Amino acid sequence: MSSVADDLHHDEHHDHKPAGIMRWLLTTNHKDIGTLYLWFAFIMFLVGGAMAMVIRAELFQPGLQIVEPNFFNQMTTVHGLIMVFGAVMPAFTGLANWMVPLMIGAPDMALPRMNNWSFWILPGAFLILLSSLFLEGGGPNFGWTFYAPLSTTFSNDSTALFVFSVHIMGISSIMGAINVIVTIFNMRAPGMTWMKMPMFVWTWLITAFLLIAVMPVLAGAVTMVLTDKYFGTSFFDAAGGGDPVMFQHIFWFFGHPEVYIMILPAFGIISHIVPTFSRKRLFGYSSMVYATASIALLSFIVWAHHMFTTGMPLFAEMFFMFATMLISVPTGVKVFNWVATMWRGSISYEMPMMFALAFIVLFTIGGFSGLMLAITPVDFQYHDTYFVVAHFHYVLVTGAVFSIMAAVYYWLPKWCGKMYDVTLAKWHFWCSMISVNLLFFPMHFVGLAGMPRRIPDYALQFADFNKWISIGGFAFGLSQLIFLALVIKASRKIGEPATAQVWDGAEGLEWEVPSPAPYHTFETPPEVK
Amino acid sequence: ERSDINLRKGVTDISEQVYGLHMTIFYICVVIGVLVFGAMLYAMIFHRKSKGAKPANFHESVKVEVAWTIVPFLILVGMAVPAAKTLIAMEDTTEADVTILVTGSQWKWHYKYMDHEVDYFSLLATQQEQITNKFDKGENYLLEVDRPLVIPTGQKVRFLITSDDVIHSWWVPDFAIKKDANPGFINEAWTKVNEPGLYRGQCAELCGKDHGFMPVVVIAKEPAEYERWIAEQEQKQLKAKEKEQKMLAMNMEMEELMDVGKQVYQSACAACHMPNGEGLPGVFPALKGSDVALNDMPKHIDVVVNGVPGTAMQAFAKQLSLKELAAVITYERNAWGNDTGETVQAKDVNALITGN
Amino acid sequence: MSEQQYEKYYVPEQSVWPIVGAVALFLIAVGAGNFVVESTKGKEGYGGWILTAGLVVLLVMLIGWFRDQIEESMAGKYSAQLGRSYRQGMSWFIFSEIMFFAAFFGALFYTRMIAVPWLAGESNNAMTNEVLWPGFEAMWPLTQTPGGTTTQAMGWMGLPLVNTAILLISSVTAHFAHVALEEGKRARLKLFLGITIVLGLIFLFLQVEEYVHAYRDLGLMLTSGVYGNTFFMLTGFHGLHVTLGTLMLIIMFFRVLKGHFDKENQFAFQATSWYWHFVDVVWVILFVFVYII
Ligand code: HEA
Ligand code: HEA
Ligand code: CUA
Ligand SMILES: [Cu+2]
Repeated sequence: MSSVADDLHHDEHHDHKPAGIMRWLLTTNHKDIGTLYLWFAFIMFLVGGAMAMVIRAELFQPGLQIVEPNFFNQMTTVHGLIMVFGAVMPAFTGLANWMVPLMIGAPDMALPRMNNWSFWILPGAFLILLSSLFLEGGGPNFGWTFYAPLSTTFSNDSTALFVFSVHIMGISSIMGAINVIVTIFNMRAPGMTWMKMPMFVWTWLITAFLLIAVMPVLAGAVTMVLTDKYFGTSFFDAAGGGDPVMFQHIFWFFGHPEVYIMILPAFGIISHIVPTFSRKRLFGYSSMVYATASIALLSFIVWAHHMFTTGMPLFAEMFFMFATMLISVPTGVKVFNWVATMWRGSISYEMPMMFALAFIVLFTIGGFSGLMLAITPVDFQYHDTYFVVAHFHYVLVTGAVFSIMAAVYYWLPKWCGKMYDVTLAKWHFWCSMISVNLLFFPMHFVGLAGMPRRIPDYALQFADFNKWISIGGFAFGLSQLIFLALVIKASRKIGEPATAQVWDGAEGLEWEVPSPAPYHTFETPPEVK
Repeated sequence: ERSDINLRKGVTDISEQVYGLHMTIFYICVVIGVLVFGAMLYAMIFHRKSKGAKPANFHESVKVEVAWTIVPFLILVGMAVPAAKTLIAMEDTTEADVTILVTGSQWKWHYKYMDHEVDYFSLLATQQEQITNKFDKGENYLLEVDRPLVIPTGQKVRFLITSDDVIHSWWVPDFAIKKDANPGFINEAWTKVNEPGLYRGQCAELCGKDHGFMPVVVIAKEPAEYERWIAEQEQKQLKAKEKEQKMLAMNMEMEELMDVGKQVYQSACAACHMPNGEGLPGVFPALKGSDVALNDMPKHIDVVVNGVPGTAMQAFAKQLSLKELAAVITYERNAWGNDTGETVQAKDVNALITGN
Repeated sequence: MSEQQYEKYYVPEQSVWPIVGAVALFLIAVGAGNFVVESTKGKEGYGGWILTAGLVVLLVMLIGWFRDQIEESMAGKYSAQLGRSYRQGMSWFIFSEIMFFAAFFGALFYTRMIAVPWLAGESNNAMTNEVLWPGFEAMWPLTQTPGGTTTQAMGWMGLPLVNTAILLISSVTAHFAHVALEEGKRARLKLFLGITIVLGLIFLFLQVEEYVHAYRDLGLMLTSGVYGNTFFMLTGFHGLHVTLGTLMLIIMFFRVLKGHFDKENQFAFQATSWYWHFVDVVWVILFVFVYII
């Protein structure tokens, strides 16, 4: 890899960064933009988390104590929206920005100016969403799924702002995804053939495709909500020949692929970390690629598993049940491959690996409850209870969010040039691991026992568990402050210097540039053999 | 009976099947979990670097990969068959003995017996003071209603489920029924309860502010007892209507109107317009000091009787008697400093309804 | 990639335009969000002004960004690889547009094949019809809604047919213009590009005529139930896209006049022409499903 060496030499002369705030506002550098995305996502995680704390505080015991029902609904709604669109998705986009060019040996993203644009429209969108909470009548209160007609005829006037802010989030995601796809298609270093591409790049390629396919459908859905509410259309109103259930079909045609958008990059991350710390090549690389593609394709034909209770005809219920169950097969392949990678490896337990292992176990638990939900006749019992809430927090928090944390631990030394503080990291992991299960595991129980979701108050039989759930929630929230401290420390360049390789088992182009990665890398493409 | 950590078996054949299915799939998941996590744990313990483990070199095997694609698939087929059977049985609503129209609205249920002249609303019966922690909470906190639905045991009861406003979902766990109430459409569900008893459920679709305060209570009675009950109800409702007509000629005193009106207001209006009449700014309009409540009496009656289409304001003509309507309108025109001094009488309301 | 000659990939220096664009979108969203409420609920406010300000800033951004882009392009900074990035980017953008239209076509198919028949009692909805909408019968175009709103249907002969012909011809002329560019025949290029623009403008004019006809003569309005909803949303969003496409064509026309573009260097032109073809294809599908069938 002589060209890499050349490249590095070259970089030393060109590693000048513009200074001050303007660096960040006007940047076209994929690393800067990646950093911006990651910080933004983290802040949104804290904001969305603070709302979850309000939810958990109100649910700490039965009765109304802290907030009134209308505000509670706004907290639930905005918590869901912020976590999905503000925290998890931008965090993955930030990782893609940082890592995809490094992994494929590209000098930057393919469309650097658009890259800046797709980031900087996000804060505006969330500013609008958050400030709508302070309007008279409050912000959106119809759940992150904004089912009509609750979101149309029966919603307050912040709905218009909600609609346009979702439009902007959509534009941002689409531009981000186009950038990722084009970068991967067009900027790979010579010799980096499709089947040599790192798994993270593969999963993001497929994720980007999903994004471009479904974000516009979400845009269509919010547009119809807007016209139904303000311009007298009746897409979701039977009196005009429409159907409120049609809203759900359109929403979930977006919404289901959306949840895989939030997990496929996680699969990619885990597929890097497990081999590194097992010191063994990823087992079944090509079946990993095919499994990812199958999950993505299947994700287009399962949407109505969110709608089993809407009264679809029998054959539709059957179809969506079977199609949904099928997704377990490729997902299982992934889990088995990770275990097989560890099998007879030489495993060590640094922090990225700890989070990856927690991911594998806890995500699989979330997957199992997903499979249970897929069984239509039983979903009639589970639907819209805390069992569903338990399911999706297992796949989203201990799945997506844990994978993001694993990724941060894994690549932070490459970004900052410093090792993270190991003591803090251990505290963070163990506190999170224990509290998150205290937080989400008992939700299965209250859900099965019959506690509906999206309620500010509940029957007495659920009181005991809810208390523990809330305690788990506060503890998990506080644990994230340790993480905040750790990240601030590393980004202020406090800590042991990291080597270029960082982890002795790590492979890939990103480990061949120095740590911290220079401002410009691969101005001459490296040769991949 | 109820469980605090698991689904309940319920009281119908279907609900027991559903419970069985739930447990079967749960156990299968547990077994798979034990195998997968067991293998993982084994590797974590025995293939540790700190124990001097040297990494092996293998990184693919078509054989095992095919195996762990096909085996899960077969397991899934094994789950799909009983699931499909149960589902088919659940969706067959034909040949029902009793048919009941269930209508959700913000935030109450309405039941109408299709073969009898009986229909009524069913509202949360828990006191507001319990919710706001002023009184101790009763045993069935949030799960009690003023008028439960009554059905016969041993007969196939068909529910026609719909809504007047947003989407609700009618859920009784013991019957394994949860069906969305979609405005403008009717969904069907059925049950055949084996044992008499009282069964509680809740609204299971976010339907706005008081979604958490919209319980369902069903009483299953022996068929003979049910027949007696329904005949009695029919009589009562008939009599009430006759009495209402007679009342038209009478005028009520302000004091009585305000008394009745206050009660009606608390149960029917206060959820949105708030007990103090100030509404929720930006969501539900205030009545205190509002133009309609102070000046425009005909419009006031019209709004309460017919609702305002395209908003959350319902038509109360179906829900309240003429006397109650008159009382509540009077109350709204005289409470919280709305001192118009005007009374509204049942005949005024009737005049608007009948159009003269 | 390994076979091609190494060229340096142009990574632009810092640029002010994206952040200007971000401000623009922010203002547009805030403005539109307020304006919609104000204009439909008769409230007072600044929504309209904020929206206008946002649009102005967006315009400034577009002009500035494209000017930079054109300058770089004319200065020969762009490699073939960058050209590919732009082309692929444009293709994926068009794909996202297709999916946006798909949402509305989906609504059309759903209401027509599922919602309306169900309201008339089909599938598992016998009671829906019997109890809630007695007497309602399924039909398409839905000239009488379950709620009783009536309208007349828009025929496909006449204006829509003429418009179809116009767009189809314009697709051909756009193609001819492109061929002329490839062959370096500038006069032909200008001619066909000009014709395409004129056809686009005629289409838009006739579309407005059609809307006037619908509202005035047929009583077909945005509020006429799902038939009117799908009709106006689909043709309306299509019309917006034609407007955008025509603007792009006009800009291309001026650039051609200034002597821009040749066989190698023609991304903007190509993107515009793809966009125009895309808009045409959408129309053809729309013509079949909205008007004819
Ligand atoms: C990252 C996000 C994510 C992921 C990955 C998943 C994954 C899955 N989800 Fe989940 N889901 C959500 C996010 C996610 N979900 C959200 C947010 C909601 C609620 C939305 C809302 O209403 O607000 C939801 C709701 C939801 C519902 C609707 C419930 C209801 O409202 O009634 C259903 C029903 O089918 C479902 C199913 C599944 C299934 C089958 C999977 C599968 O992909 C899981 C597959 C994985 C495994 C099965 C484990 C590993 C496999 C093996 C070890 C192999 C062997 C296993 C077997 C053969 C069993 N999900
Ligand atoms: C990736 C997505 C994601 C993530 C990360 C989370 C994280 C959390 N979520 Fe949730 N959640 C959703 C996605 C997510 N959620 C969605 C989509 C819904 C459905 C919404 C709907 O129904 O419409 C939902 C709904 C939902 C509910 C149900 C609400 C209801 O039905 O009414 C609850 C209830 O407990 C909950 C709790 C939590 C908690 C405690 C966390 C915790 O993990 C959060 C931890 C983080 C922090 C707490 C921030 C860090 C700490 C601070 C800022 C310091 C302050 C700390 C203290 C004061 C202790 N979430
Ligand atoms: Cu009615 Cu929730
Ligand atoms: Cu799903």
